Amino acid sequence: MPRLTTTMRSAAWLCALLVVLAVTPGSALAKTEIQFWHAMTGQLGDATNELVKQFNDSQSEYEVKPLRKGTYPETLTAAIAAYRQKQAPHIVQVFEVGTQTMMLSGAVNPVYQLMKEQEIAVEWKDFIAPVVGYYSKDGNLYSMPFNSSTPILYYNKDAFQKAGLDPNKPPQTWKQVEDYSKKIIASGAAKCGFTTGWPSWTMVENMHAWHDQPFATKRNGFDGLDAQLLINKEFGVMHLSRLTAWQKDNIYSYGGRQGTADPKFVNGECAMHIQSSALIGGFTRGVKFAWGTGQLPFWGPPYTKATSIIGGATLWVMKGKPANENRGTAKFLKFISEPNQQMWWHVSTGYLAISNTAVKNLEAGYHFKKFPDQYTAFAQLTKGKATANSQGIRLGNFVQIRDVIEGEMENIFAGKKTAKQGLDDAVAKSNDILKEFAAANKQ
Amino acid sequence: MQRTVFRNRWLPYLLVFPQVAVTLLFFFWPAFKSLQLSLYRVSAFGDSMTFVGLSNFTKLLSDPDYYRSVVNSFIFAGGVTVLSVTGSLVMAALATQKIRGLAAYRTFMLWPYGIAPPVAGIIFLFIFHPTYGILPYFLSYVTTYEFNWLLKGWVAMMLVIVATAWTHLGYNIAFYVAGLLAIPGSVLEAADVDGAGPLRRFGSIIFPLISPITFYLITLNMVFAFFESFGVIDAVTKGGPGDATMIMVYKLYKDGFIGLNLGSSGAQSVILMALVIGLTMLQFRYAEKKVTYR
Repeated sequence: MPRLTTTMRSAAWLCALLVVLAVTPGSALAKTEIQFWHAMTGQLGDATNELVKQFNDSQSEYEVKPLRKGTYPETLTAAIAAYRQKQAPHIVQVFEVGTQTMMLSGAVNPVYQLMKEQEIAVEWKDFIAPVVGYYSKDGNLYSMPFNSSTPILYYNKDAFQKAGLDPNKPPQTWKQVEDYSKKIIASGAAKCGFTTGWPSWTMVENMHAWHDQPFATKRNGFDGLDAQLLINKEFGVMHLSRLTAWQKDNIYSYGGRQGTADPKFVNGECAMHIQSSALIGGFTRGVKFAWGTGQLPFWGPPYTKATSIIGGATLWVMKGKPANENRGTAKFLKFISEPNQQMWWHVSTGYLAISNTAVKNLEAGYHFKKFPDQYTAFAQLTKGKATANSQGIRLGNFVQIRDVIEGEMENIFAGKKTAKQGLDDAVAKSNDILKEFAAANKQ
Repeated sequence: MQRTVFRNRWLPYLLVFPQVAVTLLFFFWPAFKSLQLSLYRVSAFGDSMTFVGLSNFTKLLSDPDYYRSVVNSFIFAGGVTVLSVTGSLVMAALATQKIRGLAAYRTFMLWPYGIAPPVAGIIFLFIFHPTYGILPYFLSYVTTYEFNWLLKGWVAMMLVIVATAWTHLGYNIAFYVAGLLAIPGSVLEAADVDGAGPLRRFGSIIFPLISPITFYLITLNMVFAFFESFGVIDAVTKGGPGDATMIMVYKLYKDGFIGLNLGSSGAQSVILMALVIGLTMLQFRYAEKKVTYR
């Protein structure tokens, strides 16, 4: 079949030629492109694109190309697949629970190191401690905080009024949450007292931090891979038992994982909601009644109050890129961390500004006077006492662990298990997951 | 049978090549890759791969959660198959009656198959969600029963079974309608003359005659429920509440792509593959004997 071979050979040459043509850069004058993969949708996606545009317009050497890759897990999975094909983006947005995975991946260039290499000065000291702490190792920042939020209490002022409560005084303690809920339900102002979003994040992770209780051994995992969960201790069991008991009288109503409970608050069914501070923007546009925010409820003595912890995502820099491209990446990250951009980002999205200067400027500009609800999260994160229990949680495969915890919370709320049994099971399963992670990441 | 002789020795190979290539590329290659993965412990970014032998398998087989997902899969696949096959047979029987507007009914019946499973899941969410669904809203006016599958595991399971069965209804109906129309009228008339009622006619003539289709559909729906039901679960329950709707294919996705435990995920896909191949073989071996081909 000599003729066929000739045909095939010419076909192969043609293909090769096409490939060469396709990968040859169009013009030598083209800007250096920086690929930025993220998971922001809707209004948050628009704000992300706008932020990138501000950077692209601010200089002429680099062009950051934002690309939405799906949900947080999908974005991470896509980045991993691309990294394996040696096609990784320069920057990838990873949610907070993926921090340990990214740190140990060996696939990233830590932000502090990138800035040092590029000799770009960053005022690390100016960053808000609870935000930086979550993403630092040995005092060095590994990824650039991008969208950070913390859970706060939202309450329906109209319902409060109707129930004879002061609409300007949100409950401060869980006891008040209980009493207010009873009044609200009895007066018919709402069918249920309160609901929650992101169950593990708000009711387990943050409740432990807020009450200065450890979530895991080894300083919540910051001190080593052999950490074990501690959520089945007295505090965790007490808190979940109370939530379960409250369900019977509708003081608490479970609304599912992530943000699926939001409609319960928005349509007036529940008078209070514990959810991410990043929802302020959405609620401002979408909620028809008067509402306000308050800090997370507190159980009171014998517990002491610390700070809440953050959630959200950061930008990781993938390694293995040429120096000139790394320079563009560094400049972009420096740009978004500047006070002006931070203020703009906070005002447009409701995510936290991460530098103290930005927060001070916002205060000076009466932003918080005009929008006091925007201040709740900052107060909760910065005015409390920062302790080892409130600095964050650093666990491998945390995505899976959160899933395990939420699965067991559902078993508890459904009455299939007691709070103690459910949390014991969650801890046992999570510890297995941690062991697996430690084995896969032996250093 | 006529033997076709190709003049050119290579032509037959060239003709089967696309099919073989597709099978190799999209079935054998991934299957081989899963098999390989299942023997390793892989770091998230795939930089370090440690050979661990069968430990991924032994870990799974000693994990009660994994057995639960297997049991869930059988309940789910069984439910989906029974519901979608019987449901479609009833509807196909109705769609072969002599009624006005028949073509329109048949077209409507096929529609659910044109809906992608995740979209079907979203539709069901909007109807049934305890927080914002329309059905629980109306239910709350007539009954105090709380249709809360966010906490009630078995309700969640029923919901995903119904949703999945619904997406597959159209496909099954198409086969059954074709099968029912292919039954010669003379056979049924003969039965009529012999005094057989509608039930008798169905039991003794129609059902045996369409049994090859039933067999094919059971096998296919089973495989479909095991492998391709991912979209509905992901859109509606994500395996919850607790692990109540965590079926094998969703667990392997979750462990592999969310948990980044690729070794375990690989092992799970190997087990799932073996299970489905085994089930299909069993069906062919035993059930097929009861099937009458014409």
